[in-house]
Amino acid sequence: MEYLTTLINEIYKILFLVIPILVSVAMIVWLDRRVWGLVQKRRGPNVVGPFGLFQTLADALKYIFKEIIIPASANKTIFILAPIITMTLALVAWAVIPLSETLVLSNINVGILYLFAISSLGVYGIIMGGWASNSKYPFLGAIRSAAQMVSYEVSIGIIIINVLLCVGSLNLNDIVLSQKNLWYVIPLFPMFVVFFISALAETNRPPFDLPEAEAELVAGYQTEYSGMMYAMFWLGEYANILLMCAMGSILFLGGWLPPLDIYPLNIVPAPFWMIFKILFLFFLFAIIKAIVPRYRYDQLMRLGWKVFLPFSLIYVVLTASFLLYFDKLPKGSF
Amino acid sequence: MNLNRFLKTIFLTEFFLAIIKAIREIFRPKKTINYPFEKGQISPRYRGEHALRRYPNGEERCIACKLCEAVCPAQAITIESEERKDGSRKTTRYDIDMLKCIYCGLCQESCPVDAIVQGPNFEFATETREELYYNKEKLLDNGDRWESVLAKNLRTDKIYK
Repeated sequence: MEYLTTLINEIYKILFLVIPILVSVAMIVWLDRRVWGLVQKRRGPNVVGPFGLFQTLADALKYIFKEIIIPASANKTIFILAPIITMTLALVAWAVIPLSETLVLSNINVGILYLFAISSLGVYGIIMGGWASNSKYPFLGAIRSAAQMVSYEVSIGIIIINVLLCVGSLNLNDIVLSQKNLWYVIPLFPMFVVFFISALAETNRPPFDLPEAEAELVAGYQTEYSGMMYAMFWLGEYANILLMCAMGSILFLGGWLPPLDIYPLNIVPAPFWMIFKILFLFFLFAIIKAIVPRYRYDQLMRLGWKVFLPFSLIYVVLTASFLLYFDKLPKGSF
Repeated sequence: MNLNRFLKTIFLTEFFLAIIKAIREIFRPKKTINYPFEKGQISPRYRGEHALRRYPNGEERCIACKLCEAVCPAQAITIESEERKDGSRKTTRYDIDMLKCIYCGLCQESCPVDAIVQGPNFEFATETREELYYNKEKLLDNGDRWESVLAKNLRTDKIYK
């Protein structure tokens, strides 16, 4: 009986986290399309609901009632599993994101490692989807995506090391709290830029949306998907984008902390600051989608391995030597 | 790589300028219209949905000369005719297969009495193919419904013909 109560309690907590995320993903898709449209002097979705806010819900409803087509030559189990994995992994990672000091599902002490591991696993959904489709475009898209995500994960990892050097803890709440006086975006600004661009590549956003480059690959790994399975892919994709924005705001923009600890700013509840920062980063994501052309594949690889990786490595050395020389290493780390 | 370009790359100047420009574009007036609620300007020569017109006294204009049937490049028009008791020749059947029609406007141009015309309506999508096989009633009904616009368009365009 006690076990059952705990279970129901946990499920309740999980639903309390997952449902707002799914709703905000729907809103974020709308925001993305709207910003994209407005920059191009179009109107964007503006018919369904106030300002077209319910457009995504209408789309989702459409996808639910559409037929799911499974290609005859596809590997059925993996084909069905792929979107489920993508979406589950995108949602699972949210368990450790703190919206305030107490508002977090599980405040584990290796939060950032968990986050990094889960976002790396995200590539499996794409590879499985591309491979199981048993068709050339999804396969090419999946290969591209795998190479791209793996390359940029390396530099994201090293960027995280930069931040961790300054914090001395892997707990996400500690990372946020250590930015009380100074957000890391100021001393580590170059790293923030590199992180941001890597996050674009990691989530297959333009200008790095090569895995689904419609001019060459139809829709990349999503080509053979339809109906709810396709919807799950893009839900997962946008949940991942939001996750990357959340990660960026925790690592560099002070998470749920107000910009300055002064009167009118510090009475605003902490989750609002977090949401505001995520939205700000997402707005940048959306604007960038509108202003940049797609990278060529070799340029993408060159940027990842020959520019970002050495640059962030050098910056790790710089940060470490700076902290060591001025004796500013975080306490308790040695 | 020269120094200027190097600095531009390092400081992402053009990138930030592009973002500022993009944000400025957001507040500019839009080039598109809210389609189902507001519609764009349509020329009087617009070749949309077909209509068969009548004279003001209610008599059909069509004299069953079959010029439109002959000129139609897609062979979408089928006409059958007979002589009435008053000696006039009128159609008993006037069908247009709107799926075959290529909206070239030759039927309208060939018509000696301005009976078959193409109106400004372009929103006649249907859910089945059968609904797009127009017969005489449907075309005459179109003519009655759009007569004011059709007559105005013909008058406006007359000076150029």
